[in-house]
Amino acid sequence: MTHPLDHLSRAGDDTRDSASLEANFSDLHPPLTQRQAFIESQRCLYCYDAPCVEACPSDIDIPRFIREIAEDNINGAAQTILEENILGGSCARVCPTEILCEQSCVRNHDAECQPVLIGLLQRHAVDHMHFDGHPFMRAADTGKHIAIVGAGPAGLSCAHRLATYGHRVTIFEAEAKTGGLNEYGIARYKLVDDYAQKEIDFLLEIGGIEIRHGQRLGDNLDLETLQHGYDSVFLGLGLGTSRQLGLSGEHAVGLMPATDYIKELRQTDDLSELPLAKRCVVIGAGNTAIDMAVQMARLGADAVTLVYRRGVESMAATGHEQEIAKANGVRIVTWAQPERILLDDAGRVAGMRFARTESRGGALVTTGETLDIPTDAVFTAIGQAFEAASLSDARASQLGHEAGKIEVDGNFRTSLAGVFAGGDCIAAGQDLTVQAVQHGKLAAQAIHNEIMAQQEVA
Amino acid sequence: MKAFAKKPDVDLSIEFAGIRSPNPFWLASAPPTDKAYNVERAYEAGWGGVVWKTLGEDPAAVNVSSRYSAHFGKNREVLGFNNIELITDRSLEINLREITEVKKRWPDRALIVSLMVPCVEESWKAILPLVEATGADGIELNLGCPHGMPERGMGAAVGQNPDLIEQVTRWCKQYYSKPVIVKLTPNITDIRVPARAAMRGGADAVSLINTINSITSIDLDNMVAKPTVGSQSTHGGYCGAAVKPIAMNMVAEIARDPETQGLPICGIGGISNWRDAAEFAALGAGAMQVCTAAMLHGFRIVEEMQDGLARWMAEKGYRSLAEFSGKAVANTTDWKYLDMNFQTIAHIDQDTCIQCGRCYIACEDTSHQSIAKLIDASGARRYEVIEEECVGCNLCQITCPVEDCISMVPQPSDKPYMSWNEDPRNPFRESA
Repeated sequence: MTHPLDHLSRAGDDTRDSASLEANFSDLHPPLTQRQAFIESQRCLYCYDAPCVEACPSDIDIPRFIREIAEDNINGAAQTILEENILGGSCARVCPTEILCEQSCVRNHDAECQPVLIGLLQRHAVDHMHFDGHPFMRAADTGKHIAIVGAGPAGLSCAHRLATYGHRVTIFEAEAKTGGLNEYGIARYKLVDDYAQKEIDFLLEIGGIEIRHGQRLGDNLDLETLQHGYDSVFLGLGLGTSRQLGLSGEHAVGLMPATDYIKELRQTDDLSELPLAKRCVVIGAGNTAIDMAVQMARLGADAVTLVYRRGVESMAATGHEQEIAKANGVRIVTWAQPERILLDDAGRVAGMRFARTESRGGALVTTGETLDIPTDAVFTAIGQAFEAASLSDARASQLGHEAGKIEVDGNFRTSLAGVFAGGDCIAAGQDLTVQAVQHGKLAAQAIHNEIMAQQEVA
Repeated sequence: MKAFAKKPDVDLSIEFAGIRSPNPFWLASAPPTDKAYNVERAYEAGWGGVVWKTLGEDPAAVNVSSRYSAHFGKNREVLGFNNIELITDRSLEINLREITEVKKRWPDRALIVSLMVPCVEESWKAILPLVEATGADGIELNLGCPHGMPERGMGAAVGQNPDLIEQVTRWCKQYYSKPVIVKLTPNITDIRVPARAAMRGGADAVSLINTINSITSIDLDNMVAKPTVGSQSTHGGYCGAAVKPIAMNMVAEIARDPETQGLPICGIGGISNWRDAAEFAALGAGAMQVCTAAMLHGFRIVEEMQDGLARWMAEKGYRSLAEFSGKAVANTTDWKYLDMNFQTIAHIDQDTCIQCGRCYIACEDTSHQSIAKLIDASGARRYEVIEEECVGCNLCQITCPVEDCISMVPQPSDKPYMSWNEDPRNPFRESA
């Protein structure tokens, strides 16, 4: 996967051993202790129609679960979270709470100007739950069987909810492991200790869910077969490809999509074996760009430069993420857009030339100045795109599209009967785990309603 | 070495029922005043007086192990405190000797001796001369201890019987020449009755309240209350911040009772800071006793109590406690004398409102549906009082987490004062 960087030295080549590197990837936000959680829970004002709930894409009754923590009812708190968001544990770790629940916390207004630490409290509740068995029930078997494509947050959420209704579910997953971006795409220090897999083990306790790996739509799987073989289909495909710069030399040794490197970084057992770009450039301004830059810095890079064509205020990465980047020594260069990939005699990336930009009446224009940054590697993080090949079979190609993604209605129904979609692959997707979970959950509800209505008619 | 700070020019000293004290803060009869060591530490810290932990006849009482429990707030702040300790468990001789020595070493501080002996004249006649000989400034009759001692015919068993209160007080006045303070138990129906009995017996003052019968919590795993002695528990005496409202009402009841007019009152019950002390004084207390707050934080709290009270007094222009003592009594009346024409209405300050919605749901679910939840053009929430529906109950102001965000605004009225007695809506009105 990281072969474009094979020529580089390894992270462990200098004095860093695997253990010290691993220490650099420990929990970014360590969990609250019991006492801290208890004290923090007292800060919640138990708002009515709470703004945090309105801000949460997955509808968790936040004041209630925090009150349950405060009342020493940790299982109650966990159930309150999980009944709306079965991946509440990972969302607590990866959600940009600073732009969601915590941003809307009324404690921001108060003299203290400090929101309740909702994310960490949610993590506390889910980490400390102790149920005898799975906390949700599976209804009597309906005899219905639903196919889900993609075992990421959307697919898993959809599967769990469908299972609770008594339907059987088969998930088709292209990768070798379950979890989607939680397993392959989130920064290593945000989901430590194999949490993604532990959470999936928990989710699957509901029963009735089968997962088949190595099943890729548009390759060894086609939509028509699924439509025929199952009562309904849910597409939770995600966004499989990284956008390209559109420059010559895009495939040169030394340049690769950030997501590919992060995937490798998440999967490796030995960080010291990873190729290390001592000087690297990350192009982009979203959280993936920050994740890439920070992780490379923590692997031991000397000079990590993140370059964005607009100003800081336009960056998709939250202010909190930008602070993390700065704290890790990442240099952020703004108002510069990629112009040319600079190669050495061997055709490998040696630097990147950027055209200086500015905003004129809202339009981004180049100023004529350029900026060369010498580098050992360039990582692109300028967004993900829908993988066209996955919807290329005869039936799948009939799916309606919207803004380059799958078109769905308010009930997550695609233009094809019995086919639903959710998560990043639909137009409304925001590249948020929590939103994918919500889509999966709501789509499951819609699928269930539709199937049961058909059954009544029949 | 601290710099010499300017201090407010007020006089905190008091003379209460003939007992002089450099400030109104006394430690109540309890574990903190059990022996010379504690009492001298208290004096060093600045306490104006102490009521020495209750003396009794030999043999001394024997205490159980596991003695206190608490009613906790959310962050382990102690709201209420409960104990099952008895009176002193040291011999009379040791206590009397220490009292004598301490009074000699601290002549300017008040030292009152709490007493509890069987309800027979001989017992009081025997102990009072011994106490008089210590040089202590007065005695306080412990007629209120709710646990352990009533079973022996003492404490609350006496305090709940007005005739016995009067009788014991009379014996004390007969066999003891210095001030006699009668400490009242709150575990009765009408606090004025024992106060009147004490007055009839010749008491120089009353002090109240003693502790309230209580069970603070249950260990749900072992199904036993706390404090747990082995596998059992018993009710204890409740004190601390949670009892302050009960104590203040009882102090006010006595202060405004014509029959006990002028009877000095020593306030006890949850006094934890200068403000509590000022409030008791406003209701007529001439001295204050503190126990729980000191037990939780140590004797040092008296520094803040003195300083805070002095600064507040200076700001208000009060040069001594006597200048404001009892000032709130006249404004404390029976419900039937309240002005039926008075109307106050809640006002929400939109600038400080944090949109938590607590006032809204409290009013909507449990009161008068007088707060409207609005969404403005920008999608922001806004809560507004529906003035014509508001009855001025204060609930929204109480539940609001932001101090001074919701204010209760008295409405101008051209109607005269009208009590329920005069109200035409009152079918039993006296002045028809």
